[in-house]
Formats: sequence, C-alpha cells, structure tokens
Amino acid sequence: MSGMSKRQKRMSAVIVLLIGVGTAAALGFTAFRKNMMYFYTPSDLLAGAAPAGATLQLGGLVEKGSLRREEGLKVAFVMADCEKQLPVSYEGILPDLFREGQGVVATGKIGIDPVSGQRMFVASQILAKHDENYMPPQVAASLKTADGKHSCAPFKSVYKPMTAATDAPRS
Amino acid sequence: MWTWFHRLASPPSFYRFADLLAPWLLALALLLLAIGTYAGLFLAPADYQQGDAFRVIYVHVPAAALSLFVYSLMAVSAAIALIWRMKLAECAVVAAAPIGASFTALALLTGMLWGKPTWGAYWVWDARLTSELVLLFLYMGVIGLNQAYSDARTAARACAWLALVGVVNVPIVHYSVQWWNSLHQGSTILSLDAIRDPKISGAMLWPLLLMLFGSFTFFFAVWLRRLQNEVLARERGARWVQELVPS
Repeated sequence: MSGMSKRQKRMSAVIVLLIGVGTAAALGFTAFRKNMMYFYTPSDLLAGAAPAGATLQLGGLVEKGSLRREEGLKVAFVMADCEKQLPVSYEGILPDLFREGQGVVATGKIGIDPVSGQRMFVASQILAKHDENYMPPQVAASLKTADGKHSCAPFKSVYKPMTAATDAPRS
Repeated sequence: MWTWFHRLASPPSFYRFADLLAPWLLALALLLLAIGTYAGLFLAPADYQQGDAFRVIYVHVPAAALSLFVYSLMAVSAAIALIWRMKLAECAVVAAAPIGASFTALALLTGMLWGKPTWGAYWVWDARLTSELVLLFLYMGVIGLNQAYSDARTAARACAWLALVGVVNVPIVHYSVQWWNSLHQGSTILSLDAIRDPKISGAMLWPLLLMLFGSFTFFFAVWLRRLQNEVLARERGARWVQELVPS
C-alpha cells in the first residue's frame, strides 16, 4: 500500500466500507428473510410453516363469493394466494376497503373448524392491503378485470426463492 | 470544464452563484407545487376504491421519493468530502440532513394518516415502514453527530462516514415491497414494471409528476440557501465575508 497517495488510500477506504456494509446487509437479510416477512400465505400455513398456537399474520385475497355475514359482527370468508385457500372467521369491525376480491392481512391463530374438522384461521384483526393501481371509477368499470379481481401476485410464499422464477423443491 | 468546476467550488463564487439561482428555483418550486396541489385536489378524479383518500398520494409519494433521493445525494457528497477533502461537499452533507429528515418525517406522517382510512391501522411493523423509520433515525444521527463536535470540519467528516454507512438502507427501503411481504403496496410509478405498464391513470398521474418536480425543485432551493449559511459560518473570518456582511 506504500505506493498509494493519501487520496487513493481514502478512496480505497470508502470503497471497502461500501462493499463491506453492503455484503453484511445482503448476508444478514438473506439469512433472516423468512423472519422479516410481514405475513404468511395460506400455502405457508397449510404446509406447516408457522408454529401452532402462535399469533401471526395471514395475507391473501378474499375469495369471490365466499363472504358470509353471521349474527352481530361475525363474518366468515376464504382467503387465498395463487395456489391454496384457507377459511377465516372474524368478529369485529372491518376496514372500509374490505370486500371480496380485495387483498387483506389478518392477525390471528390457526384453529380447527368445529364443523368440518379442517384447519382454519381465527382472526382478531383484519387490515386491507390495497394494490398499486389507481384509476377513476369509469376506467375501473370499463375493465372487466378491475374491481374484485386483484392480483394474487403480492402474496408470495415464504418458502419461494427471492427471484420467484422457479418453484423451490420442498423437503 | 474542470476549471469552471473548481472556481464554482470556491466558497465566495459558490455563494454568489447560489444567491442568483436560489430565488428562481424557489419561485419555480412554489409555482409547480401550487398548480400540482390544485390539480391533485380538484382536477384529478377520485379513485375507484379509495375515493378521495387516495389524494394523500400527492404529498406522500413526493416526500418519500425525496427522503431517498436526499440521502443518496448526501452519501455522494460524503464520498467526495472524504476522498477529495472538498469543503463545499462537507457543507453539502450537513446542509442536506435536516431537509431530508423533514421529508422523511412528512412521508411517515402522511403515510400514517393514509393508512388509517385505507388499511385500518396507522402503523404496522412491515419492511417498508420499518426501513423508512430507520432512514429517519439515520438522518437524525447525522444531525446529532454534527452538533456533537465543536470543530465544523471534524463534525462534517464524522457525518460523512455515517452518511456512507447508512446509504445501504436506501435500496432496502426502495425494494422492501419486492423483497418481503408487506402491508404497504408495491411501486405505482418508481419501478421498471410501472414505467413499462402504467399503474395509475393519466388524469391522476400528471398532478403527481408536477408535485414530484415541484418538491425536487423546492429541495434544491432550500439546500442552496442552507449551503450558503454553512459556507458563511465557516468562512466568517475570511475577507470576502467581512466585505459582504459589514459588522
């Protein structure tokens, strides 16, 4: 390093710092990627990705035609990602944007449906997850796919690799 | 070109150059922001899902874009300040931090006010919101570090190192909605996919672009003024300042 001028040494220090911090961040975030997901998807829960009995977030689209309003503020509906579906029950106030076809994130626990004996999700809070599309109502009406047909793409499985180009083998 | 650059970087000529440019930038910024605000509130149609609540976008998106842009600019200035020991670049780092912090706070605040009526919550700890909060703390770290030293040049160099370390957070904030599941939506305008296939109607987009350009221009106007202050304070013993400000 004796051949370097002071300025070259400072430049190397800056470059080494940037590469070092960048590499550390990339390694750390890759290692903890699953822990930093805000929600699990129905596929994740059905694959047993989440610990039983834990309070967690479930994200997905409210399946069209699945919403049933029961007595009081009780509702039951089905949440789906691009592959799997999971029934959800909830009692409480729903956000204004809640509707069939809309993305939602539910906080709650995995439970068992007393009637069917199947796995379901018992939610204690429902938040709406709107997507990145903005348009006036006339445009939305002219698009057959607009209202109630939001993409399932934002609800990525925790198990899928970052590129999401290939389906990761599950072991 | 380089001689022109060196002359501009000398404190007295930079001061005069900024004095000429800043008022025009501020006037342009206020004009763009005024038209953009009017168009965003009255000319743009309401959203098919969110109704009028979507209009928060006209403050939230420019504030968030500036919060990332100002930090990146601060990091570039920091690298120049550290490698070439350029005084003006040191001033640029410390002058930008409070403006960037303000835009970050505004982005967080408008985001919370938007989140309540649309999501149903002011705040959640998803990757986008958390990394943007970390960005605010980084800005506050730079501001605090600058106050912690009595010598302005030592302070600026410490700030420059922190600005460089923190720049790793900028891509994290931007790509957080792609890398992790989040409650926050994906990018409406600032992504390659959105440029290829627009996610927002033209009637809603053009006021947003006016607000974006207006906010950028506003930042540069305020940054120049803060830079002038910083230069004056540091050069207060120099003859050109004594001539400029008769005591």
